[in-house]
Amino acid sequence: MYNFEFEKPSSIADAVAALGDEEATALSGGQTLLPTMKQRLASPTKVVSLLGISEMQGICTGDDGALCIGGATSHADVAAGASAYPGLAALAGGIGDPAVRARGTVGGSLANNDPAACYPAGALASGATIVTNAREIAADDYFQGMFTTALDESEIITEVRFPVPQASNYQKFEQPASRFALVGVFVAKYADGVRVAVTGASEEGVHRWTAAEEALSANFSADAVPAAPGADGMIADLHGTAAYRAHLVAVLTKRAVAAAS
Amino acid sequence: MPKDHGIGASPKRREDIRFLSGTGNYTDDMNVNGQAYVHFLRSDVAHGRIKSINLDAASAMPGVVKIFTGADFEGVGGIPCGWEITDKHGNAMQEPAHPVLAQGKVRYVGDQIAAVVAETLEQARDAAEAIDVDIEELPAVVDMAGALVDGSTKVHDDLTSNLCYDWGFVEENKPAVEAAFADAAHVTTLELRNNRLIANPMEPRVAIGDFERASGNSTLFTTSQNPHVIRLLMGAFVLGIPEHKLRVVAPDVGGGFGTKIFHYAEEAFCTFAAKALNRAVKWTSTRSEAFISDAHGRDHVTTIQLALDADNNFTAVRTDTMANMGAYLSTFAPSVPTWLHGTLMAGNYKTPLVYVNVKAVFTNTVPVDAYRGAGRPEATYQLERVIDKAALELGLDPIALRRQNFITEFPYATPVAVEYDTGDYHATMDVLEKMADLSGFEARRKASEARGMLRGIGINCYIEACGIAPSNLVGQLGARAGLYESATVRVNATGGLVVMTGSHSHGQGHETAFPQVIAEMIGIDESMVEIEHGDTDKAPMGMGTYGSRSLAVGGSAMVRATEKIIAKTKKIAAHLMEAAEADIELKDGTFSVAGTDKSVAWGDVTLAAYVPHNYPLEDIEPGLEETAFYDPANFTYPSGAYACEVEVDPDTGKVTIEAFNAADDFGNVVNPMIVDGQVHGGIGQGIGQALLENAAYDENGQLLSASYMDYAMPRASDLPFYGVDHSCQTPCTHNPLGVKGCGEAGAIGSPPAVVNAVVNALRSGGHDIHHIDMPVSPSRVWQAMNG
Ligand SMILES: Cc1cc2nc3c(=O)[nH]c(=O)nc-3n(C[C@H](O)[C@H](O)[C@H](O)COP(=O)(O)OP(=O)(O)OC[C@H]3O[C@@H](n4cnc5c(N)ncnc54)[C@H](O)[C@@H]3O)c2cc1C
Repeated sequence: MYNFEFEKPSSIADAVAALGDEEATALSGGQTLLPTMKQRLASPTKVVSLLGISEMQGICTGDDGALCIGGATSHADVAAGASAYPGLAALAGGIGDPAVRARGTVGGSLANNDPAACYPAGALASGATIVTNAREIAADDYFQGMFTTALDESEIITEVRFPVPQASNYQKFEQPASRFALVGVFVAKYADGVRVAVTGASEEGVHRWTAAEEALSANFSADAVPAAPGADGMIADLHGTAAYRAHLVAVLTKRAVAAAS
Repeated sequence: MPKDHGIGASPKRREDIRFLSGTGNYTDDMNVNGQAYVHFLRSDVAHGRIKSINLDAASAMPGVVKIFTGADFEGVGGIPCGWEITDKHGNAMQEPAHPVLAQGKVRYVGDQIAAVVAETLEQARDAAEAIDVDIEELPAVVDMAGALVDGSTKVHDDLTSNLCYDWGFVEENKPAVEAAFADAAHVTTLELRNNRLIANPMEPRVAIGDFERASGNSTLFTTSQNPHVIRLLMGAFVLGIPEHKLRVVAPDVGGGFGTKIFHYAEEAFCTFAAKALNRAVKWTSTRSEAFISDAHGRDHVTTIQLALDADNNFTAVRTDTMANMGAYLSTFAPSVPTWLHGTLMAGNYKTPLVYVNVKAVFTNTVPVDAYRGAGRPEATYQLERVIDKAALELGLDPIALRRQNFITEFPYATPVAVEYDTGDYHATMDVLEKMADLSGFEARRKASEARGMLRGIGINCYIEACGIAPSNLVGQLGARAGLYESATVRVNATGGLVVMTGSHSHGQGHETAFPQVIAEMIGIDESMVEIEHGDTDKAPMGMGTYGSRSLAVGGSAMVRATEKIIAKTKKIAAHLMEAAEADIELKDGTFSVAGTDKSVAWGDVTLAAYVPHNYPLEDIEPGLEETAFYDPANFTYPSGAYACEVEVDPDTGKVTIEAFNAADDFGNVVNPMIVDGQVHGGIGQGIGQALLENAAYDENGQLLSASYMDYAMPRASDLPFYGVDHSCQTPCTHNPLGVKGCGEAGAIGSPPAVVNAVVNALRSGGHDIHHIDMPVSPSRVWQAMNG
């Protein structure tokens, strides 16, 4: 790890100001950033912790019934506290191990947008709103490919608003080593239709499987899930071919629908 | 009633108090006054010519003490190889130079180019980044078959090819084996790969070199399974330091699994640099470094053939293996695919003819050497897989086919040069059949199928040769060291004992098990015995711990030394009681004179040895300390039968282990609880190999699984509750304890059971599959099911 300055502001405004410096980086749970720094793959000159900002912590219900989660809320807190949205609570409870869940946060996960991470699937399938210090971003506009998001430099996620579906389920098939999602599928059924988000599978990162959404919006049953999507553009690596990942997308979608309905 | 002390009891492991309470003393816990830190700049290309190394900027960085490169080691010896193989033509293997720091070329990702010594570790790392190295990248040799093709790029320019040796065993048997295949009623052929593994002990390697100018003495603190061997190899072959000027200490070591047997360049570097700089130099491997610098294990590509006659008797086995050596020869690397592998190819069966061919190959990868089981898992895996395949092809019950071919009479001389002293393979199979509830399997399969799952069962046997080994035999086989063990038993005046053993404990529990043996012999409480190990200044010599040899060889040396102690104490007791020595009996820590009520306590006799007022000084010396060196007459041959039951999810290919049962014959058992633990750990690693672990390189020689993000270690949730039984005990006939060794059995015996079970499950689902290579990952299983 290289040397760096450390700040722990207590307000969003102070955090944004502190992040104005060049080479400053936000630190939330540190479950991604700290290993990267230890391996000298990241070298921020200033690290700004978001964990001292109380308005970025906790879970509440918005006026429109959406579940609002502070950007610095840990996976463990969501797993225990998001009973209004059981599919999302279960997703948070399945991330990593207890130590990772105690530290890792929703804001950090969505800002990082790892192509095998779980939260991006939950946010995209929920049509969530990513609230930052500057604006509100619809999930459909937010995810822009592996490790790429709509966030500007030094913009921070302060809250994420998840509309609560009628039924939902997240199926994660673990990559045997990392236990991130080799493929993960989040299915959410709303009054106006079904949303299906897939993580782990595509070289484009998290994405919606629209063919399945259409079929399931018409008939919300596992039998309605279409044949597996094409293998083109799917990730191929040590742990699975593109065809295998494509196959898992369909298998997991069926399982998610069966578990949700 | 289970015993509560001595041999056969299961006292809790006394060392666990410090391991579990954070008070162990590991090498990284040690710090020497004024020590500097070293960081190694390692190659990030698999093969390249070093055109220049510019240290100007780096040397000027804050805190830098000195930066070493290959040039500083020109007059210094290379890392030696401890075993020389003679090939099938009678020629010595090709043995490349193995420099401490790269000389002119880098040969694998991880090869040490330079070593930066600085005041702090971070300063050393900063300066390493400022070193300007110009490397001309060369094509990497990764695939073994490609490496052996004429005209392939060579890993070592000064060798004639990438072939280390072409070994035939037993070469004279080859024509008879060929003839048996020609006459066979059935021949089963199986091609397979024994996947490359990384040991991943919990504690990464650490080395601290220290030098004392006043005495000229060097000390190396290191994470080693055999400090005396390191002292000899490094002192005599690398640095030219005689043993009396060099001390090697391996304190608490957090797991080794083979990979901490070997002498590594980092150890030699720290010892060398400490003397050059006149200050201690410390290196602590990071986990990332461990992946690319700890010797890897396995990595064999094999074709095995089994010939059977019309009555299904095995008539011959023939096997061809390419064994990956990596870029350099690690300490025991050449012995693993040969003597630790070829000699086991008869397995538990009376196959009269066996021929083993092994081509050892240099590649631009991390050196490969012994990993838990070393050669024996590779032998067991191929043999037990090909037998299962033969049973499938012939429509036979795999257990019946094995039983029909079991060796039943002992001693048994195999066609591959070893003689099994004892064993009872039907007995372990009988126990296994009960443990695994074979008769209930069909019902369990139906229940799985009702849930949409495929269920399979796999069984296999194993035999291993451990307790290595007779020195005169291994000498003939090419070992450059003896393989005895030593022990010094020191009895103090008040009766307590300290055993200084050359065996090294890095998790095995010697501090608990060894005292049980002495407690039994003398009839005293185990708490009166302390075990010291891991310091060349203590035990007289030590060949260390590997090959399940600690109790069988090191324990036997301790028994011999203790017998000398008992003989001497009997003389003293006879004097004290004015009786004939022949009439003295030692029981429950008390000496008595047969047929009388005279007695004298253990402590009175030991006190007399140190306060010899009333003492036979004309016959014996005062004091009570004895040393013994024990060189075994043969290997020991543990054996057993294992069963694994799996469920396969046909939609995803995911395999879950539903049950795993192991029936082992370890001969006599000193501490059943510790033996259970050894078997548990071994099976865990075997299941890891079978289902999860895979050190994979891409075609450029980059390690794809270079962190836990991609290298899958088995975790508790991957493993079932094991059934373990070692009630079948055919004691070893040639060591005083009748013990055989249990450290590697689990890792040797379990992988074929898992793969046999997966194949069995898939076939029950109508998939015409004979084999899937390890690791049997979900994607591979799915691939196999879907063509
Ligand atoms: C062993 C292990 C296992 C894991 N397993 C899983 C898994 O199964 N599934 C899964 O989804 N994830 C997994 N993770 C990742 C984990 O879930 C973390 O959530 C993730 O690392 C990022 O969250 P964090 O709070 O730790 O962010 P940090 O590491 O603190 O930050 C990550 C990045 O996001 C930026 N950032 C952080 N917070 C904000 C914010 N509020 N606004 C803007 N930018 C911000 C940082 O600057 C940094 O660039 C695992 C991690 C580990 C170490």
